[in-house]
Amino acid sequence: MKVIIMGCGRLGSRIAGILDRQGHHVTVIDTNESAFRRLGDSFGGDRVVGNGMDASTLERAGIETADAFMAITQGDNRNYFASQMAHEVYHVKRVLCRVYDPVREEIFRDLGLETFSPTSYGAQIMVDMLMHEPARR
Amino acid sequence: MYILIAGGGKVGYHLAEELLNQNHEVLVIERDPARAAQIRDELNGNVLTGDSCEATTLDLAGVSRADLVAAVTGDDEDNLVICDIARYRGVARTIARINNPRNELLFRKRGIETTISATQAVLAQIEQELPTQLMIPLLQLHSGLELVEIKLPETSPVVGRSVREVLLPAESLISLIVDPGGVPRMPSGDTRLNAGDALVVVSRKESLDMLREQLIGSTHGLDT
Repeated sequence: MKVIIMGCGRLGSRIAGILDRQGHHVTVIDTNESAFRRLGDSFGGDRVVGNGMDASTLERAGIETADAFMAITQGDNRNYFASQMAHEVYHVKRVLCRVYDPVREEIFRDLGLETFSPTSYGAQIMVDMLMHEPARR
Repeated sequence: MYILIAGGGKVGYHLAEELLNQNHEVLVIERDPARAAQIRDELNGNVLTGDSCEATTLDLAGVSRADLVAAVTGDDEDNLVICDIARYRGVARTIARINNPRNELLFRKRGIETTISATQAVLAQIEQELPTQLMIPLLQLHSGLELVEIKLPETSPVVGRSVREVLLPAESLISLIVDPGGVPRMPSGDTRLNAGDALVVVSRKESLDMLREQLIGSTHGLDT
């Protein structure tokens, strides 16, 4: 699968590493070249410096032939914008969008995107942890 | 009409001022508290401090009863989010300011009705001053009539002819001729047209292309 990941932060770089090791073709976009250091030396995918909300950057990353696009920058609105570009303009089959704000996440999901909110997900997991005794210690 | 303006920068502020003058109910949403306070002073209230990308802020502003939402922040991604949330909340008309013209396609695909691009407007202005400067829109009149100024180039097919001999589109009238020296004349049928004359013409909007062709000549390669 050809996957484009926008945002090479902790989560983006980690996902990129996993998919790369699984043998997928991964292209990572970030505005800041130094962010690519998180990928490590073993990363075999492509790195594109640029703003993932720019059509030209997306095209340089090969959006026209991508099977999946993941928006994982720090900005919910940026992620939404780029995801809609990938979805509406480039018709990428799978578009995943990270949204911190749970309220926006629900709306964006209703508007047709596959969304993931680390806030609501993390909150649920941490509450569950609190309510259950640790399995081992 | 109840109009929500997201973004209290220069564009948002002047838009609000203009709409208030037209007796609309207007609320500006501005994120920066200092800027919001300034607008509050100058526009007698009519401002809400908050992030208009958050649904809760829009709800607080009564977005669901708004007739129109204008997203005019300096960030296209924010404007898209604001318009999409507003539409999700049932607002029929959303207008987004677009800063990067390449983004216009996405807004159109999202069904955001009107898009205003400052960059595009400046470009249009520049284009207007290049080859098409020969025809300058002056004023939009009622019921589709427009007032335009047309400067006759040397190559105009009507140079040397009298007004009577010029074939104009229907409902078009040469109402004033300003010669290259800046002297205006009320034309009669016998008035001769010279290169460099500026004609002030009333015409219909849909006839402007024909008008240009008849008074300026070939429009090959030109685009307005």
